[in-house]
Amino acid sequence: MDDAGAWRLIVSADPALYAIVYLSLKISLSAVLAAGLIGFPLGALLAFSSFPGRGAVIVLTNALMGLPPVVVGLCVFLALSRSGPLGSLGLLFTPTAMIIAQTILIMPIIIALTRQTIEDLWGEYRNELLAMGLSPLGRLIALLYDARISLLTTLLAGFGRAAAEVGAVMIVGGNIEGFTRTMTTAIALETSKGDLPLAMGLGLILIAIVIAINASTWLLGAFARNRMG
Amino acid sequence: MAAITNLPLLLRNVTYRTGGQTLLDDISATISNGAPTAILGPNGAGKSTLLHLAMGLMAPTGGWLSWGGRTETSPIRRAIVFQKPVMLRRTVRGNVTFALSQAGVPSKELENRLQSLLQRVDLVALADRPARRLSGGEQKRVALARALAREPDLLLLDEPTADLDPAATRAVEQIIAGAAASGTKILMVSHDAAQVRRLAGDILFLVKGRLRESAPTTKFFSETATPLAQSFLRGDLLTEA
Repeated sequence: MDDAGAWRLIVSADPALYAIVYLSLKISLSAVLAAGLIGFPLGALLAFSSFPGRGAVIVLTNALMGLPPVVVGLCVFLALSRSGPLGSLGLLFTPTAMIIAQTILIMPIIIALTRQTIEDLWGEYRNELLAMGLSPLGRLIALLYDARISLLTTLLAGFGRAAAEVGAVMIVGGNIEGFTRTMTTAIALETSKGDLPLAMGLGLILIAIVIAINASTWLLGAFARNRMG
Repeated sequence: MAAITNLPLLLRNVTYRTGGQTLLDDISATISNGAPTAILGPNGAGKSTLLHLAMGLMAPTGGWLSWGGRTETSPIRRAIVFQKPVMLRRTVRGNVTFALSQAGVPSKELENRLQSLLQRVDLVALADRPARRLSGGEQKRVALARALAREPDLLLLDEPTADLDPAATRAVEQIIAGAAASGTKILMVSHDAAQVRRLAGDILFLVKGRLRESAPTTKFFSETATPLAQSFLRGDLLTEA
């Protein structure tokens, strides 16, 4: 295999390659942001609430952490396709559709891990917060705030899954060059075409980005832990 | 707000049963304004349970409590320091500021109130340290500052100096005495007779969930009526009641 070719692509800052990298990051980070905004409150709510079937909901969210990306892609495809319920929005084969699919894909991870984190913290904080007379909403905010470092790791888990998956974005994005082509779909395509240097270059960049994001989050967490205990 | 008071705190036939065990059995007492009241007794007497009930954190399974005539349990002007206080994952400043804002202190007064509280518990120098990294004695003082932030007229303390060395104990006792002197009614759990003698005006003596004696401190120590209390003061291990 021609590794030199891969390096040349990276070093030469090929604009097409960087467009792909940029789109991949934009989609996965947007999905993580959206899933966090929805998943944090939902997970925290699940940690507190008691209703019939709560156990089943928890088992289901835990199980959905392993949701196959192609299945999510298929469902979003059906919803957004011309004859689907949301077909009139014209979102299929756009980056927005890819963000929606990845958001759905990682939402269960965010909800399940948030629920566990908040439930543990609530067990610890319960008496103190009740003694301060906190309202349920106040408790939710205080717990999410104090769990922020653990929740950062939760976001990372979501990002890792979003950045690594290929099935969902391939199906709803269509791997259109210059528009919906991401690193993972490009790798799949170039590999099947036999352009191994390009696939390899993309793979290296993908791994480097994932490591860089994890490292910076870890540093941020270590810094915060040091300051806040 | 000023009209609301927690005193007198009435306990009438208060019973607490859980898991087939009776932790508190038919306790009646009246906690009124004045010098600190100590709940004294050996381990397993139900002292902490009584304090949690007095805070309104749990409801008795029998009997009732009222705070200044109210039976509603929301902790207005009432605060507690647990035996093992939990520090929020914030700095000392963050912990106390959180308690202040939960107590309804307007944001423009926060900094002033924070500084005076930190001075009161002697934590000014540690204000920006993460609270969970502090020593046990320092954490107790953070918890006291959080409790005092509520400007309580009833302050409940669960073993405020357990596990503390003499210097830390002294610091905490001074804060307690200061709060009592400024008009806060203190109800504290202790199993340390010497500490109770130093701080308390009257004593509730609890053994195995039952109130065995209720007397002013001087009387309790000079002419303890029950043989149980006498043997407790002698340092005997109370294993039967």
